[in-house]
Amino acid sequence: MSTLVIEGLRASVAGREILAGVDLEVAAGEVHAVMGPNGSGKSTLAHVIAGRGGYDVLDGSVRLDGTELLGMPAWRRAEAGLFLAMQYPTEVPGVSLLDMLTESVCTPEGAAVAEQMRSEAGRIGLDEQFLQRPVNVDLSGGERKRNEALQLGVLKPAFAVIDELDSGLDVDALRLVAGRIEEATEHDGLGVLAITHYSRVFAHLRPDSVHVFAGGRIQESGGSELADELEAEGYERWTGTAPQPDPDAGATPFTDPFGDPFADLLT
Amino acid sequence: MHPFTTDAARSLPGSGWLAERRVAAAERFAAADPPTAAAEEWRYSAIADFDLAAYQLAGPDASFPPDGTWAGVDSAANGAVAAVLDVADGRIVASTGLEELSKQGVRVGPLVDSADGAELLGSVADGAADYFTVLNDAFVGCPILVDVPAGVVVDGVIAVRHYAGAAGAATFPRLVVRVGQDGSAKVLDMQRSAGSALVVPVVELDVGQAARLGYVNLQQHDHRTWQIAAHTARVERDAALVAASVALGGGYARTRTDARLVGRGASGDLLSAYFGSGDQILDFRTYQDHAAPDTTSNLLYKGAVGGSARSVYTGLIRVRPNARGTNAFQTNRNLKLSEDAWAESVPNLEIENNDVRCSHASAVGPVDPDQVFYLESRGVPTPAAERLIVAGFFDEVIDGLPVRAVEEAAREALALKLNQMLKAAA
Repeated sequence: MSTLVIEGLRASVAGREILAGVDLEVAAGEVHAVMGPNGSGKSTLAHVIAGRGGYDVLDGSVRLDGTELLGMPAWRRAEAGLFLAMQYPTEVPGVSLLDMLTESVCTPEGAAVAEQMRSEAGRIGLDEQFLQRPVNVDLSGGERKRNEALQLGVLKPAFAVIDELDSGLDVDALRLVAGRIEEATEHDGLGVLAITHYSRVFAHLRPDSVHVFAGGRIQESGGSELADELEAEGYERWTGTAPQPDPDAGATPFTDPFGDPFADLLT
Repeated sequence: MHPFTTDAARSLPGSGWLAERRVAAAERFAAADPPTAAAEEWRYSAIADFDLAAYQLAGPDASFPPDGTWAGVDSAANGAVAAVLDVADGRIVASTGLEELSKQGVRVGPLVDSADGAELLGSVADGAADYFTVLNDAFVGCPILVDVPAGVVVDGVIAVRHYAGAAGAATFPRLVVRVGQDGSAKVLDMQRSAGSALVVPVVELDVGQAARLGYVNLQQHDHRTWQIAAHTARVERDAALVAASVALGGGYARTRTDARLVGRGASGDLLSAYFGSGDQILDFRTYQDHAAPDTTSNLLYKGAVGGSARSVYTGLIRVRPNARGTNAFQTNRNLKLSEDAWAESVPNLEIENNDVRCSHASAVGPVDPDQVFYLESRGVPTPAAERLIVAGFFDEVIDGLPVRAVEEAAREALALKLNQMLKAAA
């Protein structure tokens, strides 16, 4: 069975260390939630695992079934079985979903990709008209999230890193999309690393483990009761600061260049 | 000394008004000063490297390439194509489908056969005359006329395939398209060459009142060929022109496009997809001239440059004092696919009326790394991701081509070029 093992992962952006030694192990079929305050480097963790440019990996390893992912181009990581469901999926004008998925090394030669797309679209309630559009172009936030889940269904990865699944999704859509992912964990042994700020996603995607992420590393791990505690008490215990940042504290929280530009407004 | 003298113009076959017109033009040409890069309209161009003395007038022994080289536009047998006229080094060498068209009163053939040919030739292009259009006037072989009478709607595409086959030779293709009142036509102008030819085409598009014309120029010259082209259109009241070019070939290939909207309610949409690789230089000058009220022009030029190729786009929207209610838009976007490639984009507005809506936008940049990462994170290998994104970049233009029959051919030609470039870079 597949296992994702992250050991001693350190990474920086523009000389500033954002990941300060991350250790995490996720087995096939498990859902691990990584929860942390804004600016804690959660999205950086997702991007470094997936191989996005712009980050300097300083140390550590990320292995999928023993295969070292660090150093591979992003598409090789996908080939090895990794999938990233983005918080803000990118628009790719002029490129159809069908062409993209057909060109993926994750879909076998001659696979009935169009048919699988239609079938997956039905399961997550994405109108088939969206399948004809260029990738993510003119799609609402919620439609893009469904589109990510659709692609996960077609590409059938061994592991998915899911960044803020619930952003942009209404309650009904979240139930369908989270339900589809949970089904993949049960039937296909999909391992999931769910990065989230809020615990509301856990009503639909039940975590086997919850990890508190702050200061660039995992601070504490536990069961779903940890998520309840976070919901009730916030991250103060791990960040050591009051929920309202002290204006005289000097240091500003790190802002991920690919993160939510409005994240601060949500707190 | 170059061989393009008045005597040479006089020695061209044919007599009558066309011969006289050639000689008169040759005399003007002999007196004209060659352009230099100091002139604004030749800025960023390769004109400093131009040597007219390196070329000869094309002889009569041109061979025409077989059907297979013409990007799927093969013959009238293709359902979407109504007629095909083949022109090699200025001479008509073959045609199909013309008889069927003539039953509708549509004439495709030598302009000199038209009763009003003498008035027609130059009636549009003379408004944008320059050094090279005068050269074309002086040495044009057989000007081609596509003449669609008033009220006639031609469903199929009329394709004219120009070929410059003699290395070191200069050819001066001339195409005049006239669509009469309420008429409608689609014309595909294909340009190919072999070797180090000089091609100086002049195209005149005369779109009559409430007429519709779709024109596509598919340029696939040899990489050693120099092309200096002028496309000029006059669009009358309530008429609609869509003029597009797909420019892929040429060592230095310049196209100047003038769209003059002279009648109230006229519209002129200008589209182009261009792709330079190796050490090609692709050079575009556009002029959207609003000379009547309530006229609309929409320009979208999208290009990519790889290798050490260069592209130049400069465009001017001009709104004349009487052209109230003008809508004029100009967008030029360029993808820079390699470190050594270079693209210049210079949009301009000259507005002499306050009651207008005008905008221009231009951009030069690499393939968006976020888009590449998105595709890669789905398992699309880097070269395939770039290929999809660049092809997708051109989609907006290809989808808008007014000649549907050439869409697939244009897509394939772009994809082929991109693949060759990616292979060369690998």
